[in-house]
Amino acid sequence: MTTAEAAVCAPSARPGALRAFRAMLARDLLVTGRELWAFLAMVVVQPIFMLFIFGKVLTELGYASGTYAAVLFPGTVGLTTVLTALQTTIRPLQMEFSVTMEIEDRLLAPLPTWAVALQKTVMGVINGLVAAALMFPVGLLVLGHIPFRASGVPLLIVILVLASCVGSTLGLLLGTAVPFRYIYVLFTIALTPLLFTGAAQYPWQSLAHLRWFQVVTAFNPITYVSEGLRAAMLTGGPHMASWICVTVLSAALLALAVAGARSFRRRTIG
Amino acid sequence: MSALGLAIPESSPREAGRSTRLIEVEGLVKRYRHAGDAAIDGLSFGVGAGEVFGLLGPNGAGKSTTVGVLTTRILPTAGTATIAGIDVVHDPVRAHSRLGVVPQRNNLDRSLSCRANLIFHAAYHGVPPTERKLRADRLLEQFGMLEKTGRRVDQLSGGEAQRLMIARALMHHPEVLFLDEPTTGLDPAARLFVWERIRELKDQGAAIVLCTHDMDEAAALADRVGIMDHGRLLALDTPRALVRSLPSGGALEVGLVAAAARPDDDGHELWNTLRRLPGVDHLEPIASQDDLQRARLYVTGEAAAMVVPVSQTSQSLGAILAEVQLSEPSLEDVFIHLTGRRLR
Repeated sequence: MTTAEAAVCAPSARPGALRAFRAMLARDLLVTGRELWAFLAMVVVQPIFMLFIFGKVLTELGYASGTYAAVLFPGTVGLTTVLTALQTTIRPLQMEFSVTMEIEDRLLAPLPTWAVALQKTVMGVINGLVAAALMFPVGLLVLGHIPFRASGVPLLIVILVLASCVGSTLGLLLGTAVPFRYIYVLFTIALTPLLFTGAAQYPWQSLAHLRWFQVVTAFNPITYVSEGLRAAMLTGGPHMASWICVTVLSAALLALAVAGARSFRRRTIG
Repeated sequence: MSALGLAIPESSPREAGRSTRLIEVEGLVKRYRHAGDAAIDGLSFGVGAGEVFGLLGPNGAGKSTTVGVLTTRILPTAGTATIAGIDVVHDPVRAHSRLGVVPQRNNLDRSLSCRANLIFHAAYHGVPPTERKLRADRLLEQFGMLEKTGRRVDQLSGGEAQRLMIARALMHHPEVLFLDEPTTGLDPAARLFVWERIRELKDQGAAIVLCTHDMDEAAALADRVGIMDHGRLLALDTPRALVRSLPSGGALEVGLVAAAARPDDDGHELWNTLRRLPGVDHLEPIASQDDLQRARLYVTGEAAAMVVPVSQTSQSLGAILAEVQLSEPSLEDVFIHLTGRRLR
């Protein structure tokens, strides 16, 4: 048998966009699964400390009221979901476009360019949802008790899916639009404000006394995730109306998806 | 267009005989916004099954842009390009199944092993699971990579990575293969190995586009060569025909020893006499060594036929022909003739 026997025989392959899409997803799941410890560490370390310091230590020292943990927990779940989806989309995109160039092989697979972008986004959404699921045992472990409402489960799922999608599409946009050399600057200057203006650590309505900051937080999509999760999980307490959260998150998702897809295309087709 | 009056695409007699054109390029133009000149400026050529087409040119000539358009990664401003009859602009997804790309830069999947790189590539292209494993193992064996099967790709040497990228491009059995500087940075053995594989692929009927600025590589592998500069094809023909079309023929390098010591003359008289010999196109003195004076004579006919006249003329002027080296013109000379500058 000769070398390079490969070329040109009758093709036994059945190329298809869906097959290619599934294979790419399988590849990403395999790679993530093999380095699961790294993924888990990235997801849980920050929320563990946040819940412990703000929800446990400050409460026990008397700086926060006993009900604060219940307000903090939905916010932490939301924040972790969005940021995990964001980071697990942005990092591979940056690496594969700027360092390893390995995205090129996938862009030459028999599927449209937008489907490669969609695959990357779906992977981010999966990661975001896994992170969200992990937050419940983490919350129980650290706080001993987490707010939960069975009738709020459908809303909880809707908000978490939207949160993952928003995080992932934002990752798609930033991962393709921001040059590689600025990515660490981006993490510092964009991530920190996102972290603290997303109403994760305080209910949005309680900001009424601090009107200007309330307005600022209204521009962060994480605010609507935190508030939507509070609506789903808390029986009482202040929270934004759930329809507002769902509407704003859907609109943000649409805008980010369009902008992200455009940016991905600009990056891939000359 | 071409100073040589070489046939450009359609009128080439060799090409007219080709029945299966796997690549067709017609009037291709690519103009980038904010860029003055077009990156590709009215390019037309075709590549048949079982043909290696060498695309030759300096950096910035438009080779990469051309390959970019053909591999669906760059949208042309005008013109058409088809791969196996599929328009690359209108149906890029279908074109992907028919083409394979071996890039110049390592773009292997660093998170996967060598074997997994091949297997996942085939999976993207819809090759069934058992078949992709079979193909991967066969190619790993054929490319001498069996002992590296489970290795991560960042542990491979440059030559190994190159071989693996070629193997990967073959996993989905493409009919058209694009190779961008496939042997740059490889040691001579690895280079010959890659050449051998390219010849085999050609024998099996693949259409191969070889982008290179290595003249020897183009001469050794390509059935036809397109010489590109400033986004245009300056000439397109077989390497032999391109070389034959040069106005000057071969060249000979001579080393002469003056029989009598003539300290004042560093060869001027001698060279001027040789320059006037019938059959000599021009002469360039080159570095002399001790009492040996060297020059390169470009001749209009065959270089070998000039040895005797040169020897006799030298003798009549009191010099002995001590060294002679014949050289036939190469693609490099064609390139210099067309563009007035060296390729590298």
